[in-house]
This record gives sequence, structure tokens and C-alpha cells, in this order.
Amino acid sequence: MAVIQDVHGHTHDHPTGIMRWLTTTNHKDIGTLYLCFSLAMLFVGGFLAMGIRAELFMPGIQILEPEVFNSFTTLHGLIMVFGAVMPAWVGFANWQIPLMIGAPDMAFARLNNWSFWLLPIAALLLITSFFVPGGAAAGGWTFYPPLSTQGGIGTDMMLFAIHIFGMSSIMGSINIITTILNMRAPGMTLMKMPMFVWSWLITAYLLVLVMPVLAGAVTMVITDRNFGTSFFNAAGGGDPVMFQHIFWFFGHPEVYIMILPAFGVISEVIATFSRKPLFGYTSMVYAIAAIALLSCFVWAHHMFTVGMPVTGQLFFMYATMLIAVPTGVKVFNWTATMWRGSMTFETPMLFAIGFIVLFVIGGFSGVVCAIVPVDVQVQDTYYVIAHFHYVLVSGALFALFAGAYYWLPKWTGHMYSETLGKWHFWLSMIFFNVAFFVQHFLGLAGMPRRIPDYALQFADFNMISSIGAFGFGLTQLLFVYIVIKCVRGGEKAADKTWEGATTLEWTHLPSPAPYHSFETPPVVK
Amino acid sequence: MKGSKLMALLSSFVILGSYSGLAISSKYNLPEPQTPIAQEIYDQHMMALWICLAIFVGVFGVMGYSIVKHRKSVGYKAANFHHSTTIELIWTAIPVLILIAISWPATKTVIAMKDTSEADITIKATGYQWMWGYDYIQGEGEGISFYSQLSTPQDQIRNQAPKGEDYLLEVDNRVVVPTGKKIRVLMTANDVIHAWWVPALGVKQDAIPGFIRDAWFKVEKPGIYRGQCAELCGKEHGFMPVIVEVMEQEKYSQWVADKQKTASAAVVNTALVENEASKN
Repeated sequence: MAVIQDVHGHTHDHPTGIMRWLTTTNHKDIGTLYLCFSLAMLFVGGFLAMGIRAELFMPGIQILEPEVFNSFTTLHGLIMVFGAVMPAWVGFANWQIPLMIGAPDMAFARLNNWSFWLLPIAALLLITSFFVPGGAAAGGWTFYPPLSTQGGIGTDMMLFAIHIFGMSSIMGSINIITTILNMRAPGMTLMKMPMFVWSWLITAYLLVLVMPVLAGAVTMVITDRNFGTSFFNAAGGGDPVMFQHIFWFFGHPEVYIMILPAFGVISEVIATFSRKPLFGYTSMVYAIAAIALLSCFVWAHHMFTVGMPVTGQLFFMYATMLIAVPTGVKVFNWTATMWRGSMTFETPMLFAIGFIVLFVIGGFSGVVCAIVPVDVQVQDTYYVIAHFHYVLVSGALFALFAGAYYWLPKWTGHMYSETLGKWHFWLSMIFFNVAFFVQHFLGLAGMPRRIPDYALQFADFNMISSIGAFGFGLTQLLFVYIVIKCVRGGEKAADKTWEGATTLEWTHLPSPAPYHSFETPPVVK
Repeated sequence: MKGSKLMALLSSFVILGSYSGLAISSKYNLPEPQTPIAQEIYDQHMMALWICLAIFVGVFGVMGYSIVKHRKSVGYKAANFHHSTTIELIWTAIPVLILIAISWPATKTVIAMKDTSEADITIKATGYQWMWGYDYIQGEGEGISFYSQLSTPQDQIRNQAPKGEDYLLEVDNRVVVPTGKKIRVLMTANDVIHAWWVPALGVKQDAIPGFIRDAWFKVEKPGIYRGQCAELCGKEHGFMPVIVEVMEQEKYSQWVADKQKTASAAVVNTALVENEASKN
């Protein structure tokens, strides 16, 4: 922070202190705000996760009453998805897209400010809902009616918060699309854009497509709860299953909204540290586009047990399996990028390789879940919990760490501590697997998700999982320490910190990147 | 060097081998299947698992080799190739073929799972917050009706008494069915969505208020098969197990007779009580 002020101190009049952050329209400031916010939310969501794992440490009710436990799982999911992962990616987009396409800022600077400052309001609604009569929403992050029509005011606060998060996302995506399509440096054609920019362009389109659908679902639940409508109430002529169709039409693309920017970051990092161009750039772009398109036709694989007709089940099974093909292409291309490279293994590269290995495991369990008969067994069990934590924690979160270590030198002008970074990686890697690998076994053996207490045969794996989770949670404090240390000082980072880096922020800008960059666009050949 | 690699390879085979050995009725895998459908599910899961393991070993074998050999610290110079249409087409096509191989048997199972026709006995399962209600509506036992609630005492849940063997997986009234008969279960719910799930039978079906869904199973081996509600249904979601007891045909007939006797006795009793009440 001090660094940024130094750099812009001599430019022009600018509010200072809190007003600077409240009124800022600078993409770097807003990026920083997004990233700090999402890091704070990671710890709020993480605190809830620790509560969940503490309750599940042993059979019997330990520290959380069942209803509070349900609130914990519900808010853990919502906060991690809408508060931690999505804003973190928008933070990366804000910082990096202008730098990588040679633009001076985002297209709509004030809109950018607004889309950020909506987030703390939504987060406040979610967190304070724990303290209202009836407690926080307890119907799961998917808030299926009729269960979600039962909760108290906490549920309405949650629904309202989702609306606000959704508004923020839509505005952020419009901004990103406009920036990428209109503000690229001369000579940077679409097919010359860095992979991270490509991944965000497609993600932003997905967001604009599906967030309004979620808003529709949320609105219908709100009116069912408060204004006597019966969209999802069979007694009034509605259909509870219709909610699931609408929700998952948002929900499945949402999964890819969280993982596509990760693909972008990993493509940048793997190529940089292999000192070799990304293998199959064109097929990588097509693969992302194919994944995004397919992701809109697979939503009902979350609903294989609602009793769909055979043809419905088969269609969604085949469509879901097809996603494995472009995803496989990406993994093979990353491997081919590393092949005969000249690799070094700094922290970003370690997280990127960790990402690929664990994301592939999550992808495999995804294929297993796509097989309808098998999904009938594992749906709503710990197998599914393991599956989506492999793609969201060791997927999205590991990619966020890779990106953070990769660009911290550019953002702060200092090197982070490589030793501590490696400790962060290895501890995360070990504890993550301790926490989540055994959950595959729990799910197969028949432990349902979202239960505060369990039968005795699940006891030992739950204890192992809890120990892993506590370790993983504590390890993330190390990350905060590393980041603060890096912001405050440290070895001066070179302008082109990484030998193999090729994108504009490394080749055309000093480290740290000045407060206003690319006021005259670079020319890309 | 060679020896240690061989050892690693051998030990990984031993681990994999013992894993599949453990697989049947262990806490590492699906419970021992008791119906043809559950058996098919089990087999398809194992097949998918082995395919995934093979691909994993292949991909990360290549990547691991690359990580060891193609590093700057051993002086390896980077090549500069960046695409190959042929190889990219190959690794798009092969996964498609693998997926077809996986989905072919799955398709047949899906169709079989949906065939609830010509059932010998039909039972309606109704989800309530938080217990199950059962009505035998067709076949032997028609007319039997009861609720099935968790029977684990509160002091076990509250850690004030040692937990029993079937902690949280025991009920006051089990669903009883005969061996060798096709049982059709109709699922519905009274309040919110629940899900009726018994892993060993390969049946999981959401119970949706206002709608009726169905599933079927046929078990040859007598026994008690334990499952749980699988759809979050509120505070006591973790405390509404689904327990199915499968009996030999004669025993089942006996159970039906007993059930119907107590049911009619209960009706008589209620009538008596009502009589008494009206007298007073």
C-alpha cells in the first residue's frame, strides 16, 4: 500500500485515508480491495469450516446444535463461493486484465467502484444473519424449497445478500467484457491475448448469462416466503423440483465461472516456468469455450435422484461426460507445455503443478459422479463433498495462490519469501489431502453430507479429515503472513521477475507497476 | 536406483491389490451389493476407478518424468514447439472412446433401474420432519401402515451414555419385506424434500412433497440393510434412518399376520376407549 502511494504521490490531487479507498476508480486499487475482501471472506468461511470439522471430529453432538450446524454448512458454502472465490477472481481480473492487454484502466471505472462496494454490504448481511432471531439460513447453500421457505428472517437476509452479490458480479462482468473487447493495445488480436484474459472473457459471458437466472430463482423464493406465491409449493400448484432446475442452470456454469480463470492462471504460470510457449494455444481457447458452452447443458446431473425420465437422465449423463474431453485437452496441453521445457519450481509453479494433479483427481471423481447409476449411490454423500473440494479448493484456491505468488512481485515491487512460500505449498498440499481424500471413502461407505452426527463406522475417517482440515486452516495464516511481509518490504523485484514471462506486464512495466500504467498503449507485434 | 524404482512399483501394486481385496464389504468402498442393480453399480464404479487410475498413472508418469529430467537445474535447454494438430486430435478422440465404453453399461442400468413394472409388493414411503411413514398398498401385507423413527436414545447422542453398535442406524419399526420378491417403493413427502436411500440395495430416490416417485429392489439374502435420509430436510436430517429388514417368505407371512392382528387389536382398543369415553 505504501508502495502504491509513493508511486502516485506526485501525480495529482487524490483523497487519502479511507476516502481514497471508498472513492477510488483505479483498477489497481479496486483489484486490491477485491483481493483483501476475498481473503477476509476466506477466513470467515474457513472459520465456519473449522466449526463443521470440530463438530464432526467425533460421533455425538459436540459443539454445534444440529440447526446451528446446518447454518454453518449453508453459510460456509455461500461465503466461500460468493465471498471468497468469485471476488478473488474479479480482483485478479481488475489488476491483471488492463496490465495484460495494455489498457490504462477498466472501461467503466465508477461502475467498477460500485461493483466492489456492494460486496461488503452483502457479506455483512450474511454474517449478521447469525445473530437474528431464528439464526442464519440453514437450508444448504443451494437453498432448496420447501426447506428454504421454512427459515426465519436470516433466510431472507441470505436471499437478499445473494441478490447483491449477483448484481456485483453482473456489473463486474460487463466491465470486463467491455474492457477486453475495446481496450486492447494495437496489434493484440483476440488470438494473441494471454490465456488468462481469454479465460476471463469467456467467464464473464457465462456470468452475464447465468446470474440473472439465479436472481429469478432467488426472487421466486422471496415471494414464496413473503408474498404468498406458490412457485415451488406443490400445494399451491407449484413444483419444488422446478427450483432445482432453475438453480442448477445457474449453479453448474457457476462451477466453471470459478474454475475457468484458474485455467487461465495455470496456463500462464506453467508456460512461464517451463520457459516454453504454451502448447496448443488455439485448442486451449477452443477448449475453454467448449467447456463454457457444454456447462450450460449439464445442470440436471445435480438432480439424478429427483426422478427424471430415463431420457433426461441419459441426456445429462452423456453431456456431462463430454465435458471431460475439453478438460482432458487442457491437462494434456499443460503436460505437453512442460515436456522438454527448462523448468524451475518456484512457489507459483509448485501450486500450478499441485493444481493439475489434484484437479485431475477431482475431474475423475466428476466422471464417476456423471455415471447415473453410480451417482445414485454417491449423490448427497461425502463422495460429492470430496469431489467438489478437489476442484474448488485444490482447483480454484490453489490457482489463486499460484496467481498471487506469480504476480505479487509485480504488484508490490518486492519478492515474497520463497522459503515460506514453499512451506505454504507443501503444508497445504499435505493437509488438503488428509482432509479430503478420506472423504471419498466416507461417501462410498454411505455417509450422507450435511449431517451433524454419524454412525460409528465413519468415526476414524472423520477424525482424520478433521485433523487435516485444522492443519489446512492454520496453514493459510502463513499465507497472510507471507503477503503482509511482501507488501511491507523485501528484496526488490526485477521488472521482469520471471525469466520465462512473456506478457505485457512483465515486458513493458516496472515492478511495482505504476499507479497509472499504459497511458499510451504499447504496440504488440 | 533401479532397485528402489522396482520396489516402489511393486509396493504400489501391493497397495492396489490389497485395496481391491478389501473392496468387498469394507469401509473403503460401496457396501456389499444385495440387488442386481447395486451389483451393476458396484462393478461400474470399479471399472471407472481402474480406468481413472490407469489414465492418472499415464499422464502423471509423463509429467513426473518431465519434472525430473526437463529442469533448468540439470541444465536442460527448453525446446520451442507449441502445437501439433495430429497429437491434439488423438488426445481428443481417445477420451471420447473411453467415455463411450463407460456409458454403455451405465445406459443399460439406468433403463433397468426405471423399470418398476409388475411389482409383487408396493410400499409407499412418506418423508416427514423427521421420520418415515410406511404404507403397504399392494401385495402381501396390504393395509399395514406404521411410522419408523430413530430409536437411538438421546443420552447416546448427547455423549452421556456409551454408543450402541447401530448408533443412529436403528429405528422402532423397520420396513419388512420378503426375499426374492420385486418390491416397488413409492416415495413422497409431507413437508420438505427428503430422500430414501439404502446403499446396499442401490436405491436412492428423493421424496418430494406433492409428487410421487418410485424405485424398486429385489433382495435374495435375508438381513437388515441400513441407510439414511440423503436430502437435507432440516434440524434432524441426520436422525431419520431408513432400515429395511429382508425376511424369508414364511417369516414375512408371519410378520404380516402379526402386524395385521395388532392393527385390528389397536382398532378394537380405540373403539373401546371411545366407547368408554362416550359413556362418561
